Formats: sequence, C-alpha cells, structure tokens
Amino acid sequence: MLAIIDYDAGNTYNLKKAFDYLKIPTVLTADPQQIKTSDGLILPGVGAFAPAMATLQQRGLADLVKQEALAGKPLLGICLGMQLLFDSSTEYGKHAGLGLIPGQVVAFPEKPGYKIPQMGWNQNQLRQKNSDFAFLANEYTYFVHSYYAKCEAEYVVTAVDYMVQVPALVQRQQIYGTQFHPEKSGAVGLQVLQTFAQKVVGK
Amino acid sequence: MLAKRIIPCLDVDQGRVKKGINFVNLTDVGDPAQIAAEYQRQGADELVFLDITATNQQRKTMVDVVEQVSRQVFMPLTVGGGITSITEIQALLKAGADKVSLNSAAVADPGLITAGAKKFGNQCIVVAIDVKTDPSSGKQLVYTHGGQQKTSLEAVAWAKQVVALGAGELLVTSMDQDGTKAGFAIDLYRQLGAAVDVPIIASGGAGSLQDFVDVFQSADVAGALAASVFHYHELTIAQVKSTLRQAGVNVR
Repeated sequence: MLAIIDYDAGNTYNLKKAFDYLKIPTVLTADPQQIKTSDGLILPGVGAFAPAMATLQQRGLADLVKQEALAGKPLLGICLGMQLLFDSSTEYGKHAGLGLIPGQVVAFPEKPGYKIPQMGWNQNQLRQKNSDFAFLANEYTYFVHSYYAKCEAEYVVTAVDYMVQVPALVQRQQIYGTQFHPEKSGAVGLQVLQTFAQKVVGK
Repeated sequence: MLAKRIIPCLDVDQGRVKKGINFVNLTDVGDPAQIAAEYQRQGADELVFLDITATNQQRKTMVDVVEQVSRQVFMPLTVGGGITSITEIQALLKAGADKVSLNSAAVADPGLITAGAKKFGNQCIVVAIDVKTDPSSGKQLVYTHGGQQKTSLEAVAWAKQVVALGAGELLVTSMDQDGTKAGFAIDLYRQLGAAVDVPIIASGGAGSLQDFVDVFQSADVAGALAASVFHYHELTIAQVKSTLRQAGVNVR
C-alpha cells in the first residue's frame, strides 16, 4: 500500500485517480500509523512552498515523512512535493524544506520570450542512462511551475530546457521527485507512477 | 522548449457531448469520457470542455462529467461555460479540472478573475474572449453569451485588462473565422501576442493542415483549438502534428 500524504495539497485527487486507473493500491492519509506501515510515500503538492511546508509541520507530517525516508522508505514527491524534498526555497522569502536532497529551489530568471510559469509539455533529456526511469528519454511531460530546483548533476535523472536546465526527475537513493505532473502526462506519466510502485517500492 | 499544443474542444449539453462525433470505435458517441479517452489516444495535448447547458439547474452535471473524464484521461483539462463564482471554480478543480475558462462572467464581474487567480493561482484562470470585427467601425469587439451579445470592449484592450487582473491564459475565438474553415485570424493573434505576455490559444477557422502551420509560424500562440475538423475526421491530430513537425514547429 502506498500512502498519499494528505495535507490539502491540491493535486491529490488526480494522483489518486491515476493510481486507481493503474490498479495500484493507495490510501490518502495524514495518519502517522498508516504512514509508518505503508510501503511507500507519495508527497503531492500544488501552490506555494512556505504554506505547504507550514501545513506539513502543523500536522506533524514533515518530521514523519523525513524520518521514514531517511530510514529507507521509498518516497516520490510531485511538483511542489518534489520541491519540498530540497534544503530550501526562495519563494516569498527563504524557507527550509525537508532537506532530503541537497539543493535549493529558486525562481526562473526573467527572459524575453519565456513566460512564467512554465506551463505545458516539455521534452525530457536523459542524464542517467541506467535509471529505472530511462524510458523518459525524449518524452514530453506536463509542467506547471514558476520555481525550479538547483542541485548537483548527480541527483538529476532527466532535465528539460526552459531558459535554464530544469531538473525534471530527481533522485537520491530511494527518494524521487518529479517537477512535472505524471498524473497529467498521458501514458508516459502513468508509466512513471507504475515504475515507482513496481521497481522502487516493489524491490 | 515547450511544445505547441493541439487542443480539441467538446461542447457538452446536460452531461452529453452535443455534436455528432463519429469515432467508429466508440460504443456511446455522446459520452464525454469515451471521446476524451479517444482524443488522448490520438495525441491531444489538452482538452477543453465547453458547457453549453442552457439552464443553471443542470449545470452541476459538468462537475460529474469532469469527475468521470479525469478517472480515465490523464492530461490537462479546461472547463468553461457559464461559470460565475469561486464556488463553481473550486468544485470543477476538485473534480479534476486543471483550468477553468471565464467568458461572460469575466466581462460582467472582472473581480472574479482576480479572486480566482488569488485563490487558485493565475495558471488556473483562463479568460475566453470571443471577438468579431464591427462592420461599421472596423474595430475588433468582444462578444459575450456565446457570441450573442456585443460589448463596447475592444479585444486588445480587454486582453491587457484581464491579464492585469490575473488571467494566466487567453482562449481567443475569432467569430469572423469560426465555422468558415478559412484559417485562423492571424492578424488578431499577432496584435494580442504583442500586447500580453501570457499564453494565447487560437480558436476559430481551422480547416486545413496548413492553417495550423500558418498560425504557429505567423503569430506567437501557444496552442490551437479546433472542434469540427477533429470531430468529423476531416483531420486527425496525428496529421496536424506531423505536418507541424515537418514545418519546424515543436510539437509533442
């Protein structure tokens, strides 16, 4: 059973529907016991960094998710949920994240011809050939975001080009994050969720 | 680089797709979820559902439609038609819509754009603008209520205003071109593209493969929307994309 962390994050229901479609059992929960006994965690998120982090902390979920991930439980952060995995963000002031992957979440630079947010389908460039997610090479996935993660190349599995090289799928050990929305990225997006469930959690 | 989007539009009346779409492999030609799934298979980048239900009482069915579609279709969904309140926007987003499009309500109550953008983010709020050239003055005027009511608003000025109010995207239909299959209103999109910095979706006039090439090559639009050419198999999404790719337009 995968636990989708429930903290009024926005894209939760669509994520649940995607897992349901794939017949992968999930539970939408904020219950510590359920989170502890789950086989893997999904951290959704849409919106701004600081209020999301504050909600996670108020509900006692930030420390719990961190502990579980550090103890080896597979974790997949999605969109803002991916950004929360990093050390900090500069969105409306400097805010600490979960600190599970070294790096900082920063705003896109302003550049003529590039609209912010990045909204639409962008093409993944594969950076780590041996990844379970290598099938993303040259595939388009769906993005909606105004900030992006700046981190070392060793954590970047795929990236897309939007003014800068934007990490699209990141990984540190069994901790993964997608800046794109797999639940809105058609067949290849569903394959990301399935691969996480089967190859990362199912290992 | 972001891919240019090809967007089929479905008219929904009381929960059923209105126009006689004739995909041979559908068991129920009026079922929005089946048609949406077929468009996903064909490679659509996004879907727009336009609620053309006449009465408010039956509008709630649109939430059910979105709920059903989003159980089997995993791409961005935009819903428009008759939305007048934050409560309605919230219900549609919760049911699985990614964006809502405001048209008449944006003109009647521009504050709704700002309220929606503040609560859900600019990227959720699309303003749909129906534009027709005024025969006497030659001005590009905005129409509301499904093109039935003329306003005194000029298209470019209105576009700037709604973007300032918080619209994250504009869906602009040229009523002059709509239904003619004579191509998109390229001059209009050029003017709008120069005036605002949010994505613009061109709508109205698609008839041939070349029409899609022309609009993407000649104007700064993020996507092109069409209904009848796709519904009646005059063109397939795959054909449109392969033609665009050959012309050097970045598509998925």
